[in-house]
Amino acid sequence: MKRRSFIAAALGLPLLARAQAQSREDFFNSFDPDGLVKSVTGGKSAQRGRVNLELPLLADNGNSVPMKVSVESPMTEADHVKTLRLLSERNPERAMAVFHLGPRAGVAEVSSRVRLAGTQRVVALAEMSDGSLYMGTADVVVTLSACLDGAG
Amino acid sequence: MVARVQVPKDARRGEVIRIGILIQHPMETGYRLDSANQKVPKNAIRRFSCRYNGAEIFSAEMSPGIAANPFLQFATRAAESGTLEFSWVDDEGQQGSATEPIKVT
Repeated sequence: MKRRSFIAAALGLPLLARAQAQSREDFFNSFDPDGLVKSVTGGKSAQRGRVNLELPLLADNGNSVPMKVSVESPMTEADHVKTLRLLSERNPERAMAVFHLGPRAGVAEVSSRVRLAGTQRVVALAEMSDGSLYMGTADVVVTLSACLDGAG
Repeated sequence: MVARVQVPKDARRGEVIRIGILIQHPMETGYRLDSANQKVPKNAIRRFSCRYNGAEIFSAEMSPGIAANPFLQFATRAAESGTLEFSWVDDEGQQGSATEPIKVT
């Protein structure tokens, strides 16, 4: 029996860990970045890649979350990032900010601090000078949401 | 509106420099209640722009999704000596501006 219970535990533990990891993944996967992108581009979808959105894995306070977004682009007259949008599915206002860049930027990099109304998958959408769209996402757990009610 | 600007004092021509700005502004969401239990109307810096010797090199449209006292950092290639002008306007129509010289060698 000892040996059997040991085997059961050995088999069960990783299964449990996986189940937990899956529920977290499931939660973030319940967001629909493609739908969010389409809602601001008028139905056009974006390719994944080139856009790197950096947010902390865990934000203690959703009222001020440091954010950095960078796009792989040569930033030349012929090929540069035109606009960068920050989109949130859980915020009351979906477009948190729109940044307009140009070839004079040298590098496509913008940092700021955002408000997040809850744990979510944040989307950064880049429109290139040739009109193509690229997006990147970041998952962030927000312990204290940016308040929507009277509390603060 | 008070703002603090970070611009390198001097740069080499062609070098990519980082420009940072921190503006004092509540970025009211429109959901907050004041002490009299009245809704504080939404008021955020709506538009921000940065000009380098008159030519716009960066601009932003912001919402209350940007944290209070908004901080922005962006990059530009140092072209020639001159001034960087920053200007912004909030939902109440209040305008703010700042300028910073830059020396390019």
